[in-house]
Amino acid sequence: MTTTTNPRGPSSADVRAELTRRRFRPAETAFKLALQACLAIGLAFLVALLAFAVTKGWHRLDARLWENMPTGRVSRAGEAGVQSAIWGTVWVISLTAAICLPTGVLAAIYLEEYADNTRWYNRLLELNIQNLAGVPSIVFGILGLGLIARVIGLGFTVATAAVVLSLLVLPTVIIASREAIRAVPQSIRHASYALGATRWQTVSRQVLPAAVPGIATGSILALSRAIGEAAPLILLGAVTFIRFNPDSLLSAYTTLPIQIYNLIKEPQAEFQELAAAAIVLMLVVLLAMNSIAIFVRNRFTKRW
Amino acid sequence: MTSTSQKVAGIPAAPSVRRGRPRLGEKAIEALLVLAAIVSVATTVGIVISLAVPTVEFFGTVSLGEFVTETLWTPLFAEKHYGVLPLLVATLIVTAIAVTIAIPVGLGSAIYLSEYAGNRTRAFLKPILEILAGIPTVVYGFFALLAVNPWLRDIWPSQTKPEFQNMLVAGIAMGLMIVPTVASLAEDAMTAVPRSLREGAYALASTKMQVSTRVVLPAALSGIVAAIVLGISRALGETMIVTIAAGLKTDGIIVNPIDGAATMTAYIAGAGQGDLPVDSLDYLTIFAVGSTLFLFTLALNALSIRMVRRFREVYE
Repeated sequence: MTTTTNPRGPSSADVRAELTRRRFRPAETAFKLALQACLAIGLAFLVALLAFAVTKGWHRLDARLWENMPTGRVSRAGEAGVQSAIWGTVWVISLTAAICLPTGVLAAIYLEEYADNTRWYNRLLELNIQNLAGVPSIVFGILGLGLIARVIGLGFTVATAAVVLSLLVLPTVIIASREAIRAVPQSIRHASYALGATRWQTVSRQVLPAAVPGIATGSILALSRAIGEAAPLILLGAVTFIRFNPDSLLSAYTTLPIQIYNLIKEPQAEFQELAAAAIVLMLVVLLAMNSIAIFVRNRFTKRW
Repeated sequence: MTSTSQKVAGIPAAPSVRRGRPRLGEKAIEALLVLAAIVSVATTVGIVISLAVPTVEFFGTVSLGEFVTETLWTPLFAEKHYGVLPLLVATLIVTAIAVTIAIPVGLGSAIYLSEYAGNRTRAFLKPILEILAGIPTVVYGFFALLAVNPWLRDIWPSQTKPEFQNMLVAGIAMGLMIVPTVASLAEDAMTAVPRSLREGAYALASTKMQVSTRVVLPAALSGIVAAIVLGISRALGETMIVTIAAGLKTDGIIVNPIDGAATMTAYIAGAGQGDLPVDSLDYLTIFAVGSTLFLFTLALNALSIRMVRRFREVYE
């Protein structure tokens, strides 16, 4: 500092200049760049993955996708499609939604509005749901194989698949619904009680309508997870090449992710291109569902 | 309540507020809600039963000692050995590779999002991480096998190239799969650190890097550890990536990551695809390996839940 020659010490202008000077700190810059690189890795992976699937599947993204596996499937690989898998997914996911959404929302209402969480059994219930959310999906497949398909006797059918997927995503639906219900302010409930409403009247006419956007967002995300789930269904008989569409809850089935897995295993390049096309189709559906979920969350969530 | 029943001129008697009429509808609905909540408990009980019964049956034939010490896993071969160690080692190798990638990338992303990014950058980047989290794992497997692995073989420096299916490429794909889990939970933990701690550090002339690494990171440590533990638990239980990219080969213990080997989940998926006769010992191996996997993930989840609770207690 040249100001040391000044007998009265540094002038205030010098001090200000010193304090506001942007020093170059190599470590700081390197650290920030490293953090940005971390995000860039994730982003680059996503872009590369999407680009690879689209370029590989591009010329199979046509009407042939809406075909079924031809009987001579190896010699006629160029004509193969995934119609039965699309129908299988539609059947299984519709039934999954019909099972897991009501169950999840009702359980969430119980935990938020009725349960006294000082009781040990209600705390156990919460802990159980948290733990269930972390159980690997293949273990749910084992539950389906050992208990639902064999002991209960539903067999390898659409119904078994839907029950297993419902149980798998149930914790997600419950946790999301609970958060939505909890976000409804207490004053709304008090006002309803003050007007003489019963507990269920309060819940069904005040709390639930206000919580619908949050519940819908969570439900859409849970179902999109169910659509992409393959591991438990591998154990539940979905892997065999199914050439027909399911026509009842007790038919054999296959789903899109399982069909993709089957196609990847095949050595022919045509099947791998078909797998890529099916992946693009599945990702488009999932992205659309995610966008709807984000839209619902941003557009309809009430701010109190 | 006698006053309400007294007739006042011109005004009809008001009904008693405490009439104590049983509300059957309310009770029925409450019962229905309890029933829905019990489904989740029944699921846990069902999982434990469906794992435990065949596992006990399995250990009636194969001793627990052989299961944990034998170094060959060949239940579907002519000469049968039932040592779970090869599956366990493959699982740990793939998980270790995944975690080596996911910890720096996930934590780096979390620090950037929580400490550096402005609101608009965050609003753009967070949905991208959510998309990455929403991609089905079968797609990760597809990408690892058909895109990452050929590329890896091209740039591989030594003569012994990675196999067509190998643990390294599965670990890389799995690492990127758990990045969003680690990043979003770690970011939650860092955002929960009170502003006053950061401002105190800035007042003492700390730089942004010093605040991030010496104030925020230690303060959020239990939440960050929980995020990592949850990531590890997801990696252990992930099935499709390893089944597709690391293969179904079971034999002795394989430690070279550029070789293919079946993890616990891949073995279950591979054995479950075939039509194994029910109640054969081969069929029971699915459940014995499943129990082992379940116990590992249960322990990790319990640890993670406990750590999350701790950081919530401190700052909320």
